[in-house]
This record gives sequence, C-alpha cells and structure tokens, in this order.
Amino acid sequence: MNRQIEIRQAYGDALIKLGEQNPRVVVIDADVGSSAKSGGFDAKFPERHYNVGISEVDMNAMAAGMASCGLIPFTNTFSVFMLLRGGDPVNSLICYDRLNVKLAGTFCGLSDSFDGASHHSTSDLALLRALPNLTVLCPCDAVETEKAVFAAAALEGPVYLRLSRAAAPAIFEREYPFRIGKSVRLRQGSQLSIIATGTIVHQALAAAELLEAEGISARVVDMHTVKPLDAEEVLSCACETGAIVTVEEHSIYGGLGGAVAEVLAADTPIPMEFVGLTQYAESGDYPALLAKYGLDAGGIAAKARAVLAHKSG
Amino acid sequence: MNITQAKTAELEALCQGMRRELIDLLYERQTGHPGGSLSCCEILVTLYFHTMRIDPEHPDSPGRDRLILSKGHAAPMLYLCLAHRGFFPVEELATLRKIDSRLQGHPCAHKTPGVDLSTGPLGLGLSAGVGMAESARLTGSDYDVYVVLGDGEIQEGAVWEAAMTANKLKTGNLIAILDDNGVQLDGTVEEIMPAGSAAQKFEAFGWHTLTADGHSIEDLAAVFEQAKACRSGPVLIDARTVKGKGVPFMEGRSIWHGRPISAEDYTLAKQALGGAQ
Repeated sequence: MNRQIEIRQAYGDALIKLGEQNPRVVVIDADVGSSAKSGGFDAKFPERHYNVGISEVDMNAMAAGMASCGLIPFTNTFSVFMLLRGGDPVNSLICYDRLNVKLAGTFCGLSDSFDGASHHSTSDLALLRALPNLTVLCPCDAVETEKAVFAAAALEGPVYLRLSRAAAPAIFEREYPFRIGKSVRLRQGSQLSIIATGTIVHQALAAAELLEAEGISARVVDMHTVKPLDAEEVLSCACETGAIVTVEEHSIYGGLGGAVAEVLAADTPIPMEFVGLTQYAESGDYPALLAKYGLDAGGIAAKARAVLAHKSG
Repeated sequence: MNITQAKTAELEALCQGMRRELIDLLYERQTGHPGGSLSCCEILVTLYFHTMRIDPEHPDSPGRDRLILSKGHAAPMLYLCLAHRGFFPVEELATLRKIDSRLQGHPCAHKTPGVDLSTGPLGLGLSAGVGMAESARLTGSDYDVYVVLGDGEIQEGAVWEAAMTANKLKTGNLIAILDDNGVQLDGTVEEIMPAGSAAQKFEAFGWHTLTADGHSIEDLAAVFEQAKACRSGPVLIDARTVKGKGVPFMEGRSIWHGRPISAEDYTLAKQALGGAQ
C-alpha cells in the first residue's frame, strides 16, 4: 500500500478549509480538540470556535440552538461518547427538528486501540441508524474524509461523520467525485462482493488480493454512506455475484451488515457473512486487535471462503 | 418598557380566561399536564404579550426574540399563548394531542408556528438557549433568548453544563426563568431532591439572579426589564409560583402533574376559576 494519512488530520484540515469558504460554519469541542484535530480551527477562527469542556449533552444541545439560528455547527467528541453521552439532544432536537448540525465522532471502531473497550466505538452505527432524518458517513481515507466534510456541510440537515483515529492508506485521488449515498466499486469481481465501510476498506482490498491468489474473484465496494444505504449497489452485488460479505469496525448487529441484510431480505435473499464484533474488545496494538477479532485481511478472506461454501452448497 | 395598569389588568383577565380554557381542553382530552401549565401562565403571558419582540405574521423572522419552554410538558399553556397571540387559529387548540394535529403532546418546532425549539426531554433547553444567544453575536443580531425551566428539571445535570457554558461565554442576551413551583411528578422538590436554593447555585455558577412573584404580571414585567438591561452575562429569574395555581384542589399537589381531570373535578375547577373575563 502507498502513503498513510491520518484521518483526523485530514478532518481538521478540511474544517479549516471549510471555515474559510463558509462563515456560517462553527466548531464546538468537548475537550477533545487536540485529539480530534478540530481544535486547529481555533487558531484561524477563534470567534467561531467553542470549547464547552467535558459536556457532550451541552455541546450537542447548544449546536441545536445555533443551527436553529442559521449556523452550521460541527460538534466533536469521541464517537463512543457522541451518542452514548451526547445522544438525547441528537434524538430529540437535532434529528427531530432536522437541524443542520454535523456530529463528528472521532476515534471510531477500535482505532483508539490502547485505551481499551471503554473507548472503542462499536455500537454507534446501530444507535444512529434508528434515528430518522440522519445521514451517516464513514470515510475510508484522507481524501474521502475531506470530501465527506464538505458534502456534509452542503447537505441541509443532520449528518454523523464516523472518523477513525488511525492513519489509513490513500485509496482515492483528489479528483474522486464523492456523492452522499452513492457507493464506490473499488475492485471488480464475479464470485462474491465484499461491502465495507471506513478505514477497514483497505483490509477488504487486501483480502481480495489474498482471494485472487487462490483463484477467487471478489468485488470490493466502499460503502461510505451507511445511511441512506446505496441499495441499488447492494442489489447489483447480489444479482451479479450471488454472495456478500459485509465488513465494519462495529458490532455485527445493527450496523452496515444489518443495513445490507435488510435490503437483501426484502428483495434478493442470498448467502451472506458478517465481519465485525460480537463482544467487547480490549487494549492493544491496533493491527493486532484487528487480527485477533477477525477484522484484518485474513479474517475477511476467511468469511469470504465461508460465504462461497454456503453459496455452492 | 414599563407596563401600564390597563395592560396589566388586560393580561390578568387573559390569564384567568386561559386557565379556564386549559381546564376545558385537558378535561376534554383526558390527557396532558395541568399543574405545571397553570404555574407558568403569567410568566408566558407576560413574555408573549408584553416583553418579547415577536411578530406572529413572521414567526421565523431572524431578528425575533426566542423562547424555549424547556419544561416542555407545559405545552398546553404555551399553545394557548401562541393561539391568542395570533400564531395560529384559536379553534386549532381543540386538536391538541390528536392525530394529524400540529399541536403535539410536547412542543414541536417543525410543526407548530411560534415554537422556537422542540422540547420534552428535560434539561436540554438551557444549552440550546446558550446556542441561540451566542448565534445573535455571530450573526450580528440583537435579539434576546428566554428559557423557561422547571424547578424539578434543574435536577438534570445538563442544566449545569449549560450554566457553566453561559458563564464562560457571558451571554448577556440569555434570560432563564425558573418556574419555581416546588413540586415535581413524584412529590415536592424538597422530598425528591432537597438541594437548597437554586438561585444561589446559579450565582455560584457566575450568573446574575433576580427574583419575582411568578403570578404577578406587574412584577414579572418589571423584572424582565431589569434582566434585559443586564448585558454583562446571563440572568436567572427565580419566579416563585404555585403548581396548579388558580385551582385550589390542584395547588401544590404533585398528583396534578399529569393526572386526567374527572367530571367531578372539572366542575369544581370551573367553579373555582369563575366566569368573569
């Protein structure tokens, strides 16, 4: 793989660019500005940057008030806290009134690996998918992160940005035309489709390489928008490859896998496998955690073989 | 703006009429919250009919004063004010809590003209008010933001997160009014969570504080003027009220937080509230 770029740095840089273009953009931190890299906004636009301290409910409710007055607030905390701590105003104000707040949950999945299970975010997609009016974006590399930030700001309504702490290999070039709700087929394949979201997309690509060496042809799709889901592409994958593996740094319950399964169950039931978590993880080196919990290329390839066995059985 | 005696008398009569309408409405619906609606009647009437800069013809005007009914269960009294102020037809009040109505059980900003923020889950209104107040600075507006809090509501920790943020930002256009009726759903505030003086706590959090007789239009109007004149930081007005005010058997009794009104109680309530405008 080529150069690695930190998602959070790409996010922080994108916020500053956005702030230069749009005076309605404000940034609110709950004391994670240095970690999330959202704090860099302060140096450039101190009058539009707020640090409300460790108070996620206050942050999101304050953002709701600002959005109701025409501003575009980006709120920032670790993704594990965005809903589980700051969730009441997300539900009862921001999504209910369709307010123009952008919720940036950083350190998603297992990416805050050493801090342990209390800091891993593996239920946020399940919680957020159930909220009406909310768009959920989960970019896979630095370029897609920047594009997602600008697309979120351009969309009138609430958006959740699921951002990794980790550096990720560059997948996209700058010219890449990102569109909310429109997934990207990164690799062609005929025997199964691997549908992934977030930085783990590069593990899916690596899995497809492993499979190719075994003579298995796997399609890889970057499903950067978890909600609204690109159902058209899911059904294309179902019809054209006949088997699907979903891949997410999240519980296998209620996240991307659940969303894909809902589409398939209603239309084209086919064999499917889920790569994701079923338990709390633990502290440790990030690649080691991904490997232990079956979220690396090897784990994904194993699920691909399983789904093929099911398909041919 | 000082309130005239004539205006005070007019608004007092309006309050008495609204109390009767509230009892009619909640009796007919057999659902809703009478106690907390009755306690904030004069607070809301003084704000909507005297103090606030609003235009019912343009409910979304960017320069308008905002009001957040953070204790959203008092929605019926809010709707009575908005209807009589001209935000929507008075006849529409009869649709309260009915299917397809714009008048939801708790205030809904995207359905009801004049509602500035949806509320219901307690403890969120003050933070949203800080956001609205701060937005005035960022957008070059000069509006004020009023947040009506319940005295049970301030048990929610998020209220104190907002209190800290308002103090940090010195939001001089933010005025919180505590509907200090001393009673919550399960009992008196003193029984459920004895916490001492709310005003002293807000002071300790850096707020200016004022007190008012929450059932005196004259007093409320004067205190709102004092609060508006204070621009150096947020103001908390401790408005002393009575839960269920105006209906003697409801006054100060927690069971009337959200109890349906029986036919017998309805007759008694209407007798107590009289018929004179």
